[in-house]
Amino acid sequence: MSTENPAPLHKTTDGVGGHTVVNPAAAADAIPAVDPRLLVREQGLAGYLSEFGRKMKAGDLGSIPVVIGLIIIWGIFQGLNANFLSPENLTNIAITMTATGMMAVGIIFVLLLGEIDLSVGSVSGVSGAIVAVLSVTHGMNEWLAILAAVAGGALIGSIHGFFFARIGAPAFAVTLSGLLFWSGAMLQILGSNGTINLDSDGVVGKLTTYFFSDVAVGYALAAVAVVGYFLGSFFDARRREAAGVPSRPMGEILLRTGLLAVFTFGPALVFNQYKGLPLAVVLFILALVGTDFLLRRTTFGRQVFALGGSVEASRRAGININRVRITVFAIAGTFAAIGGLFWASKIAAANQSAGAGDLLMNVIAAAVIGGTSLFGGRGRTWNALLGVMVITSIQYGLALEGIATPIQYMITGAVLLATVVIDSVTRKTQKTAGRA
Amino acid sequence: MSAAPVLALRGVSKRFGAVQALTDVELEIHSGEVVALVGDNGAGKSTLVKTIAGVHPIDDGVIEWEGRPVSIGKPHDAQNLGIATVYQDLALCDNIDVVGNLFLGRELKRRGVLDEVEMERRARELLTTLSIRIPSVRIPIASLSGGQRQTVAIARSMLGEPQLVILDEPTAALGVEQTAQVLDLVERLRERGHAVILISHNMADVKAVADKVAVLRLGRNNGVFSVADTSQEEIISAITGATDNAVTRRAARTGEARK
Repeated sequence: MSTENPAPLHKTTDGVGGHTVVNPAAAADAIPAVDPRLLVREQGLAGYLSEFGRKMKAGDLGSIPVVIGLIIIWGIFQGLNANFLSPENLTNIAITMTATGMMAVGIIFVLLLGEIDLSVGSVSGVSGAIVAVLSVTHGMNEWLAILAAVAGGALIGSIHGFFFARIGAPAFAVTLSGLLFWSGAMLQILGSNGTINLDSDGVVGKLTTYFFSDVAVGYALAAVAVVGYFLGSFFDARRREAAGVPSRPMGEILLRTGLLAVFTFGPALVFNQYKGLPLAVVLFILALVGTDFLLRRTTFGRQVFALGGSVEASRRAGININRVRITVFAIAGTFAAIGGLFWASKIAAANQSAGAGDLLMNVIAAAVIGGTSLFGGRGRTWNALLGVMVITSIQYGLALEGIATPIQYMITGAVLLATVVIDSVTRKTQKTAGRA
Repeated sequence: MSAAPVLALRGVSKRFGAVQALTDVELEIHSGEVVALVGDNGAGKSTLVKTIAGVHPIDDGVIEWEGRPVSIGKPHDAQNLGIATVYQDLALCDNIDVVGNLFLGRELKRRGVLDEVEMERRARELLTTLSIRIPSVRIPIASLSGGQRQTVAIARSMLGEPQLVILDEPTAALGVEQTAQVLDLVERLRERGHAVILISHNMADVKAVADKVAVLRLGRNNGVFSVADTSQEEIISAITGATDNAVTRRAARTGEARK
């Protein structure tokens, strides 16, 4: 059975009639191995492309709309101001987006459950305040202060998770309370003087101001990523072939590796035109790789997706639902705290307005624009990267044009609405195509 | 057929408050045998299945497993004995692919990481053994038809190598072709030596695959029939508890009309 060649399963469609080549092993039972009406993917690169086209029509758009949107946005702003796509501006966008992006990574976990966390903005403010008060006011070791802030974020998230999972309160209401409570807590921690300036040469200060000025670092990291991806895919395909299950054709692996090379060496080249690879971007990418691994390659990640798909099915499969829910909110809190550190580093201070304004909306927008569904069960943490690039590009473009905050808010709001509309329409299309 | 039945219920009773849901129910099922459990709405079919599956512990009577009395107090007890239940709402995750659903809650791991290759290989092997036809084991459950979902749910119950499989209305709401697929699968379970309890409203399905029909009426046994030598009308009269029913009335009417 295991050595049976799966190839016959793939060479089945033959024009309109869908004539079926019967798997010889199954022929004895007179049952075709594959229902002739089923859509069967052809092998090789052509099959990959036809599958891609079919997915498009079925509303499974993936990242395509976002990438197109980003290109349009960049085109418009570049047309308005020739400095928009300069290495300096792109580097600034990349550094600024890491704070919102880190928080978006956390909220994607919550969105995958089909829930929402409205408190991430406030929690990020608390985190910045904790670091500032501990390290500046009380002179604590900065690493310890950072640890305390991140642990604080995890604890806050667990508290939200507890009320949601164990008490059964709606996550929306729990985290809405958290939104107010934790912004109050932040003001309380900061005390009367309001703003605490951070040492710009400290650990937190360096988060967003350190650059790997050696051009080799950027290229070396890009090379590591490309080679690592290729070897990973290659050995996975080899193992799949050995086990007799369908594997990615070599052409597809090379295509994907080539695309990855473009999207790693390209940015490295741009960063090296200015000050070099920013540390913040490296940390953000590491967070994306780590969380993507957690979600797609571990039991915990599978359980998160299962809960987003069907709570009842998860319960019957013996998944400890409360544990997963509390952990997910703790992760959201942790990343909110990390985002808060990046934010504090960016403005080199902890102040009373941290975590307020449009931050929360930007975080949710980044996650949803990137392609994470608000309905749960669909999304990847890489969505945060694309989404936050769109949001931050719009902010920087508008700022370059000197467009005031009120208009910026309205435009960000409109973009979020447009994204939610796309999400809902996609879901409808997928339902009619039988894919949701 | 082995001497001791895989599962035997002796005088099982179950009460819910003021309702006597089951009274002195007897049922025997051997390995390699498909027993259809039929009855009108509220006859106690679902309750009986839930007592076997451990959802509702019994109040009186004895449950024997391979000749030994056992107590089934919670779903876990039933699973440990080797009883798998496929409920009417299939409890699959729409957003996860077939492999993920089959192994949900018992994922295979390699060095702490999900072993997708081995899970996919085992999934294909299992589906091929059961001659289950689905387009790919890597598409989300949402893309499958109702019948395909049902077969995936049944296949999932087979992963634990159970001795007894309970199917609650597996063909309800399925089309003709899909029903045929599920019935084929039931026969294959029998061929592989599993005992199957099949709850159904559809007499045609029952006649097609079951060896025995156990009729419940108002929470009591109302006869166990061998499918081979019982007519559909006899079973229906046992279900409704009277010879006076729609079928006999029609028969009588057409008889009169002929005169």
